[in-house]
Amino acid sequence: MVYIKAFLVGGVICVIGQLLMDGTKMTPAHVLVTFVTSGVILTAIGIYEPIANFGGAGATVPLPGFGYALGKGVIEAVKKDGILGIFTGGIQATAGGVAAAVFFGYLMSVIFNPKTKK
Amino acid sequence: MKNINQKDYKDYVDGIVPKPTYFKNCIWAFIIGGLICTFGQFITELVMKYGLNKKEAATATPIILIFLGAFFTGLGLYDRLGKFAGAGSIVPITGFANSIVSPAMEFKREGYVLGVAARMFSIAGPVLVYGFGSSVIVGIIYYFIY
Repeated sequence: MVYIKAFLVGGVICVIGQLLMDGTKMTPAHVLVTFVTSGVILTAIGIYEPIANFGGAGATVPLPGFGYALGKGVIEAVKKDGILGIFTGGIQATAGGVAAAVFFGYLMSVIFNPKTKK
Repeated sequence: MKNINQKDYKDYVDGIVPKPTYFKNCIWAFIIGGLICTFGQFITELVMKYGLNKKEAATATPIILIFLGAFFTGLGLYDRLGKFAGAGSIVPITGFANSIVSPAMEFKREGYVLGVAARMFSIAGPVLVYGFGSSVIVGIIYYFIY
């Protein structure tokens, strides 16, 4: 059941992205930026939390889920650490993913060469 | 029928062709995006079986997916998937890894600092700027409300 929910929620989020790209001529970069920012905002106003509870990885794996982790992290950190949490919360919650992206991204870029386009 | 000229015919075709693509793109995005998320769910369940709690699993899952996304981009397979998956391969976190490796590989000849390291962030940079930026703003608002 969790897998079906993840499939459905993840699929729907990706379709929204596809519609934005096809319908409004947004580039992938614009879609990703929009999704992360909306993830943060939707989390802040309490809408994304129920979606994440329902969809599991279907809600946390797409880019709005990255925004969800940022928003949730900053709110928890402000509760715990006060004013410093404003700056530490979001990045702390996503530190693993960001460091992995930088490290693996660099590593793979150095190891592999682009394939010739056919 | 003989009165129809080439331009009219082209307009007519253009008016009809994009619609099926629209629908097809969404179906592919739904299936591939859904499958990547299902796989993410599988990884989450797997690492939790090996003793990670929910919060740790929420960190481990993106790390593993980012590794796979970067790796398959390096192999050239992820971009092949992206040709028909569209947003289905861009929106999941694996697509974020793809957006890092793809330009970085491409610009390797410009060196390891201004080529690879700088180009890694041509899409990931804006994502982090707006992501971190909005999280700080949410933090400020929350601080004053709380």
